[in-house]
Amino acid sequence: MDVFWLQLFNGISVSSILLLIALGLAVTFGQMNVINMAHGELIMVGAYATYMTQKLFQSYLPASWFSQYFLLSIAASFAAAFLIGLLLEKTLIRFLYGRPLDSLLATWGVGLVLQQLARSIFGAPNVGVKSPSWLEGGLSVTQGLVLPYKRLFILALVAVCLLAMFLYIYRTTAGRRMRAVMQNRDMAACLGISTRRVDSLTFAIGSGLAGIAGCALTLIGPIGPTIGTYYIVDAFMVVVLGGVGKLVGTVFGALGIGMTNTLFEYWTTASLGKVLVFLCIVAFLQWKPKGFVAMRTRSLD
Amino acid sequence: MTQWMIKTGASRYGLAMWYFLAAALLLAAPLFTSDFRLNLLAKFLAFAIAAVGLDLLWGYTGILSLGHGVFFGLGGYAMAMHLKLQASGGRLPDFMDWSGLTKLPWFWMPFQSFGGAVLLGMAIPAAVALFLGFFTFRNRIRGVYFTILTQALVIISVTLITGQQAFTGGTNGITGYGQILGHSLAAPETKLALYYVTAGVLLATFVLARIVVKSRFGKVLRAIRDGENRVRFLGYDPSRYQMGVFVLSATLSGIAGMLFVLHVGIISPSMMGIVPSIEMVLWVAIGGRGTLIGAALGALLLNGAKSAFSESYPDIWLFFMGALFIVTTVFLPRGIAGLAVDGWRKARRIVRRRKEVPEHERKGYSAV
Repeated sequence: MDVFWLQLFNGISVSSILLLIALGLAVTFGQMNVINMAHGELIMVGAYATYMTQKLFQSYLPASWFSQYFLLSIAASFAAAFLIGLLLEKTLIRFLYGRPLDSLLATWGVGLVLQQLARSIFGAPNVGVKSPSWLEGGLSVTQGLVLPYKRLFILALVAVCLLAMFLYIYRTTAGRRMRAVMQNRDMAACLGISTRRVDSLTFAIGSGLAGIAGCALTLIGPIGPTIGTYYIVDAFMVVVLGGVGKLVGTVFGALGIGMTNTLFEYWTTASLGKVLVFLCIVAFLQWKPKGFVAMRTRSLD
Repeated sequence: MTQWMIKTGASRYGLAMWYFLAAALLLAAPLFTSDFRLNLLAKFLAFAIAAVGLDLLWGYTGILSLGHGVFFGLGGYAMAMHLKLQASGGRLPDFMDWSGLTKLPWFWMPFQSFGGAVLLGMAIPAAVALFLGFFTFRNRIRGVYFTILTQALVIISVTLITGQQAFTGGTNGITGYGQILGHSLAAPETKLALYYVTAGVLLATFVLARIVVKSRFGKVLRAIRDGENRVRFLGYDPSRYQMGVFVLSATLSGIAGMLFVLHVGIISPSMMGIVPSIEMVLWVAIGGRGTLIGAALGALLLNGAKSAFSESYPDIWLFFMGALFIVTTVFLPRGIAGLAVDGWRKARRIVRRRKEVPEHERKGYSAV
């Protein structure tokens, strides 16, 4: 029985990370129809921002403060990825609106450059980030079932991010503008919303979320220049499965992929599990081709 | 000279002549190059076959596949499995021995004959493409959704092949064979013959692609690219055409993969991964999507540049490749072929204007 609960917990844990990564993707794809392949590299930016924060704390601040660095590093990784995302949108993405496939290729190029940049600055080998001491250990539920604090912390972090995004999208003026642009860009523009500004901000927020995801990944293992590429395709599958336009779709997609991945890999082998998950996704799309949540529209693209 | 080129380039006979010229160049290349370079060139020609196939799909139908590395790899594996069986001479291939297999798996059986391997090298990629196409295009899953699914196909294929070490050779891939149909792969004569085979297949691919593009089928493909719904309203079923071109394109990639193995002597999962797949797209993008010659030239040029650069400066090559992606998509969506066409039109306009200008006013007005 313990094994079952542990697998379930692992599944939820994997799903939460996928959700954090896919949140930003779903928003930028839903609103701007831009496929950001550099999203994985923004994760990497967040991870290295955490690494740098840790370095700074180690070198310049008293050792007793060290255990608190992680809270600051969350903000730092969000800020770093946010700024890079903003820069990317202002210099490149805005030339590619309305050309989703081209945006995919161009941002893939950006990702390649960023990866190589990280390799030149930090070196190709992976670097480890020391987790704060208060995240060591785990919560023992029963004798054989221990839930690591790190995973629980990530779950909580994702929940906070999800809540923040929910409040932002559904309860603020900026979020209302964002939804308006997402639903009908031309009409929103006619009503005086600066779609350009909304686009920039949305893209930057999506990038910032990737940064937080990178920060969370440092808790799980060592980080390297290619850390983003492990997750990016799965995150895109979450978007495809969940559909765009509503947060609940992304949550569903992340849970679907995370859980089936964990379970199939447990029941079969890692490589066969992936094939089965892919077949499940294709099968699901037979039933709902636009993903779990589709925006209702009468227009033909 | 320019005037002559412009006049002939446009006509039908001119086109046949350009084909003839290209064929003559390919035929004569072995006279001027060393064995090493010839082998490289042969490899690039194999890539060009895949590029033409991808161009039919992307440039003419507007479907971007990031999964062509899989089809390329499946073709490559089919050929490599045959060569490996030949090299093992009735015994089990060495990597199966190491993994503790005692019997040849059933799906290796058909690869014992050369014909069977070649047939499967085309049929397996085609079947995979048909499977994916059938379950996506019919449901109108297209655009970026389709592209992401093809990328997922790459991931799972690579994981599957890497994971099933006993049956596929795992990360190392399949290598360690030296003979094809009793001829040594390392011998210069075999290399030369294989070069000619590749060049011939490339020319045949070109002619086939041209027939497809000029046919009614090709017209519908372009119509789907420009307005899928309008095509549907006119009574066509776009999904059939999309499936058809996807299967054709995958088959061409499979053929390219088979030839690739003959020139390089190894196939491994890393040659069908995400990066090789997307590199194929870059060939077409740089050369010019929507033009057959552009795709082929793009493959030759980019691979030439890669082998020149990446051996001495691997880091710079990655930067360069990333930058190429950005620059081409933003500034040169039609690639080199697009540039050439624009230049051509400009030259033609200048030449025409020159004709109208009286002789004495023409001084200092040299366009070329």
